[in-house]
Amino acid sequence: MGINRRDLFKLALAGGGAAVLDPSPNVWSSTAAPLDPDRWGMLVDTTRCIGCRNCEWACKEQNQLPSAPLAQFSDAAVFESLRRPDPTSYTVVNRFAGPDGAGRPVYVKVQCMHCDHPACVSVCLVGAFHKEAIGPVEYDAWKCMGCRYCMVACPFQIPAYEYANAFNPVVRKCTFCFERVTREGKLPACAHICPEEVMTFGRRSDLLKAARERIARHPKKYIPHIYGEHEIGGTAWLYLASVPFEQLGFPVLGHTPVNKVNETVQHAIFKHFVPPIALYSFLGAMMWIHRDQDE
Amino acid sequence: MSHVEEALPVEKPLLTPGVFLLLGLMAVGFGFAVYRYLYGLGAVTNLNNQYPWGIWIGIDVASGVALAAGGFTTSALAHIFHRKHYHAIVRPALLTAMLGYTFVGMSLLVDLGKYYNIWHPILPSMWQGNSALFEVAMCVMAYLTVLYLEFVPILIEGLKGKLNLPAPLSVLRGPVESLLQQGWFRKIVDLADRFFGKIMFLFIIAGVVLSCMHQSSLGALMVIAPYKMHPLWYTPALTLMFLLSAIAVGYPMVVFESMWAARAFGRKPEMEVLGPLAKLIPFFIGLYIVAKVSDLVIRGAYVHLFDGTFQSNMFLVEFGLGVLLPFFLLLSERVRRSPKGLFICAALYVILGVLLNRVNVFLVAYKPMYATRPYVPAIGEIAITVAMISALILCYRVIVSVLPVLPAPEGDEAPQGG
Repeated sequence: MGINRRDLFKLALAGGGAAVLDPSPNVWSSTAAPLDPDRWGMLVDTTRCIGCRNCEWACKEQNQLPSAPLAQFSDAAVFESLRRPDPTSYTVVNRFAGPDGAGRPVYVKVQCMHCDHPACVSVCLVGAFHKEAIGPVEYDAWKCMGCRYCMVACPFQIPAYEYANAFNPVVRKCTFCFERVTREGKLPACAHICPEEVMTFGRRSDLLKAARERIARHPKKYIPHIYGEHEIGGTAWLYLASVPFEQLGFPVLGHTPVNKVNETVQHAIFKHFVPPIALYSFLGAMMWIHRDQDE
Repeated sequence: MSHVEEALPVEKPLLTPGVFLLLGLMAVGFGFAVYRYLYGLGAVTNLNNQYPWGIWIGIDVASGVALAAGGFTTSALAHIFHRKHYHAIVRPALLTAMLGYTFVGMSLLVDLGKYYNIWHPILPSMWQGNSALFEVAMCVMAYLTVLYLEFVPILIEGLKGKLNLPAPLSVLRGPVESLLQQGWFRKIVDLADRFFGKIMFLFIIAGVVLSCMHQSSLGALMVIAPYKMHPLWYTPALTLMFLLSAIAVGYPMVVFESMWAARAFGRKPEMEVLGPLAKLIPFFIGLYIVAKVSDLVIRGAYVHLFDGTFQSNMFLVEFGLGVLLPFFLLLSERVRRSPKGLFICAALYVILGVLLNRVNVFLVAYKPMYATRPYVPAIGEIAITVAMISALILCYRVIVSVLPVLPAPEGDEAPQGG
């Protein structure tokens, strides 16, 4: 079977720049990511976080990253500037002004969101990233070439690179404690240590229900937005907050997965290689037709 | 007049001050490259987790690929549409493309964190067809092979009596002569000559198809980052923009380098070929303008044109001076017939229209949300890019001196074949 009309139509749309206007983003699904309906999620209730940064310490311990004694993590001076995950910290907590700029500040833990339609998985040309059906987005360093396209693609700007490593620099990011959870049956290290139960680990679908209930029960406490429910097609990590998320350093994102346009075009071009072969045949025909035009 | 102009090696001394300057620039870049391999990307670049791509991607790779477009556009014109008139420019364009892509590969060896894994995309177990970069990688590898194969006949012609070995390459004369006297070697050359004569058309068409594919996919790379790109450049149709601008830059690039080479070698520019070629340029730039303007209008991005920000100003320079200005100038026959006017127009489109466009798309338009300061290339990045360009020019200079690439200067007698 050759290319069908639907594919041609999709190609025309994407080429013409209209694919992004597709009104039904949820119908589309990347071929790279079959998703388990029972896949994991993590609900982060930022209204509970006290900024103790124990999660940062636990994460470093779990992933054997350069660290310091737990006591040093209570130093609040780090909140003076906005921090981002780096090759030695898969997660960091930042402080923001509370509702109306007064009262208790809001602390927000940042790490890989483990997207349902991960851009990093979609763009990696050697498949160094993959999405586990159960949720985590994992990275195989041995495949990686170090092109850093994943960092360009990630809408949350999460993957961090070991620029200082000359011989074997790799991309670093949160693993969702995939090994720890599946092999040892424990909670992810950050959720395990958290004294305030900021994080709830569980089935993503259950967490969404729980989040909606919390919003319904405390409509004054929460803004009616579960960040990650729909953002770029949905993420495993979900957030609740008392102030709009753009005030908490979250990017404002639409509901369409960012890899949709690219993958639609790629699939249309590579489906049975019809466009390249058609172009090859056309040029061959032109060459034949014009063969006698020599002066 | 014969219908195909003869190509000959350039009979000029090789060791000129210009060549020594190139060698000096290459040495500086080489020093920084050694440093990069010993101490890592962080030691010589200003790249960080916000800006993972710098000028090595924006200039060396993206612009390098775009400016090599003269190769496939002239080969399509001369070989597929059989406009024999243009045969004189096919070989220099082919050489530029071959060297351009070679240096794209070399630059990637510097830029890739794990450069020793550069071969991974050829392993079927790692193929990842959803990635636009995968398509770019495969097509570039295939096209580079095609370019080398397309170059083989020029090498054969050289070996069959048109080889020129100026000092310091003259030390090779002895070994080459004795090799050429071997019967078996001449047999291989003859066999290759006949073989390539028969199947070259397959490679010529493949070269055009592969070029169209990866030139466009290179634009698709940034389609993945809608939230980080400035709206004046971001469009889901970036793929189409890259293809059209690459096609449009092919002939201006040929004009640009042909006139530059003519000046460097003290020859008259070949206006009888470049003039008619220049007539095609406004058509292709026009197609790009129509696509780009429609895109700005449809997406409503034109409202950002006069924001006065660094980005909108860069766009105005790129599109106003680099695209619209040469387009309108080239509509005039007087400009096209004047060597100076033609050279300026071609240079404008090549440097501001396309090179700046690629830099803009990959670097200027890219606004990561948590960046605290903008990316400015480090001295090491600039030195290595300059070294790459110098090495490319030097290779071009050496190859046109050794092999029959450039058309024989007017009124020159062909030297006796040996």
